[in-house]
Amino acid sequence: MSKFKKKKGGDMPAVNTASLPDIVFMLLFFFMVATVMRQNTLKIENNLPFADQVEKLDKKDLVMYIYAGKPSANYTQYGKEARIQLNDDFASVKDVAAFIAAERASKREELIPFLTTALKVDSDANMGLIGDIKQELRKVNALKINYTTKKGSVLGRE
Amino acid sequence: MAKRAAPEVNAGSMADIAFLLLIFFLVTTTIETDSGINRKLPPMEESEEDVVIKQRNIFTVLLNGKDQLLVEDELMELEDLRAAAVEFLDNGGDGSCDYCQGKKDGSSSDNPDKAIISLKNERETTYKTYIAVQNELVAAYNELRDTRAQALYGKSFAEMQADYKDVNWPGNKENLKAKIDQIKVDYPQKLSEVQ
Repeated sequence: MSKFKKKKGGDMPAVNTASLPDIVFMLLFFFMVATVMRQNTLKIENNLPFADQVEKLDKKDLVMYIYAGKPSANYTQYGKEARIQLNDDFASVKDVAAFIAAERASKREELIPFLTTALKVDSDANMGLIGDIKQELRKVNALKINYTTKKGSVLGRE
Repeated sequence: MAKRAAPEVNAGSMADIAFLLLIFFLVTTTIETDSGINRKLPPMEESEEDVVIKQRNIFTVLLNGKDQLLVEDELMELEDLRAAAVEFLDNGGDGSCDYCQGKKDGSSSDNPDKAIISLKNERETTYKTYIAVQNELVAAYNELRDTRAQALYGKSFAEMQADYKDVNWPGNKENLKAKIDQIKVDYPQKLSEVQ
């Protein structure tokens, strides 16, 4: 029965890796397309809350971002209370007006009425801070706001 | 002259280069969220004259510092808020709203145009609870608008808005805009926040 004897001790055939570059390229292209380069380096924790009745912000260049949350682990010297971040640095409530003015100055005049302020606030921040920001925004007449949230159910979030 | 074959380029390191780029993009990628709840703040200048609003036309929602919800002076769970808001908005107490399906209760709102939801929060309220409540209230409006749109045009309000934004949508945009505005008039979003 030697006809059917299996080859013993034969080398394992090497796995063909010729298609590996193709797979890697595919992933590469996906990430290249999906990447949005971050504008601001966040110094705060920014764990957005969930909501399901969301609308999309359509024009990226017409959005001003205001971040708020408690300072992240590297910046604990700034305390544990939630703080505002504008551009790349911590700011206080009264800096908001100047920030909005600067953002408006950098846009074309006819686009200014369409500017939206996106509030990216950590879910554990308290509303006192948000109320202050909103009050500042009203003072400078930046009335269109957007509470940026993640998409998901509100109720089953914990 | 004998034809010489061009020497083959060694592509063995291509995978390495691709890996390097891949890892770079993997690390730098942040899938940015760019959706949220749109709101409009009230303008600063206060109108001097006091508008008199009947108590039954106001739906008060109170959020305290411990994230508890008080709706129309009664404790309520977040799950029940949407239904309660829908019931209030769709009540149609004075009979002028012929599309309302509510109970026509005399002690609740007159019609959707007059009904106002008033939201008050304290400084200690956490942001996520506030967003959850906002979300539920917006959901109540959207639910009513959807029902209305279904009844009028056989399409949900969300679909109509999606169509309006869609560049490839074949229909008449002007018409659609008018329809959307009609529904917004039928169920106007009147959500006021108390400072």
